[in-house]
Amino acid sequence: MTQQEMVPAELQRNVLIAPVDYIYNLGRAGSVWPTMFGLACCAFEMIVTLTSRYDLARFGMEFMRASPRQTELMIVSGTVTKKMAPQVVRLYDQMPEPKYVLAMGACAISGGPFKAGYNVVPGIDKYLPVDVYVPGCPPRPEGLLDGIFKLHQKMRQETIRTSPWYRKGVEREMPVPEYGPEGLVLPRGEKS
Amino acid sequence: MTTKETFEGLAAKFPQFDLGYLEGKDPAVLVKGENLVDLAQHLREEQDYDYCASITGVDYEDRFEVVYHLYSTTRKGGPVILKVHATRDNPEVPSVVSIWPGADWQEREVWDLMGIRFLGHPDLRRILMWEGFQGYPLRKDFPGMKDEYTFSQTSGDRENE
Repeated sequence: MTQQEMVPAELQRNVLIAPVDYIYNLGRAGSVWPTMFGLACCAFEMIVTLTSRYDLARFGMEFMRASPRQTELMIVSGTVTKKMAPQVVRLYDQMPEPKYVLAMGACAISGGPFKAGYNVVPGIDKYLPVDVYVPGCPPRPEGLLDGIFKLHQKMRQETIRTSPWYRKGVEREMPVPEYGPEGLVLPRGEKS
Repeated sequence: MTTKETFEGLAAKFPQFDLGYLEGKDPAVLVKGENLVDLAQHLREEQDYDYCASITGVDYEDRFEVVYHLYSTTRKGGPVILKVHATRDNPEVPSVVSIWPGADWQEREVWDLMGIRFLGHPDLRRILMWEGFQGYPLRKDFPGMKDEYTFSQTSGDRENE
């Protein structure tokens, strides 16, 4: 059946027939709500991205939700210290699926200039599955916007049929690292 | 009042303390650990140095040094810099929390990162690192983390040679 046959003539100009994935992903990608937390100087570039000059709200992201249970994107904006890393992972575990992580800036990607330090996690991807990396020190707001567009692209390419979020056996929670005598250790000897 | 004048006044008032004067861009008064609290009491009560702006630890490999920066908010005076030496094996310095309550967290930070014990501190716990962390990260002999960076040459590198 074509669209001509399915839709009555008087409604032809008011109805759009599209795959479920298209509508679903359009809705998801059009209202990504990030978690409201910042870790270091990158957080200020993230805040500027929300202001009227760069206006993240144009892309359906006007809300930074204060509760992780109402968000689907975690922007790791800044240096992740070893003292803070367990709390960051715990926030991720509390987010509902589907959930995405954007590592913003050199520190969140790799530890940046503090990589060899005693208190900095060398990249949040040691503990969380990162979807988009935005390099920079810090990235400009345009850079963060571009990273978010990349995430939108990724969301639009997913299909409900094959998306891992709706399968059994998907790893919904990441193991929370614990404080050890020399640094962070994963519980039960899990390897990151 | 310069640090030199402050030092001369203190040396005349407390000859038994055997104070030292350290020349330099920021001259300082060298105090023995056992006299620190008495001297701090005098500076706070008699000379109105009511603001202990910073307490810092320095690792000189053969010894530790604790540096105090004192200001007066009423007289707009300062800084007077006090320095106290501590041994490498058993670094201990008396706490000045009883004189400047703001020294509490600063002494905890020096204890956390340098491992200098402050005798008489009301609550000497780690403040930046977690309880159970071993070692004192800002000491010179703290084992450094292995750097896993690999560098490759770019065209810009050759231009700078």
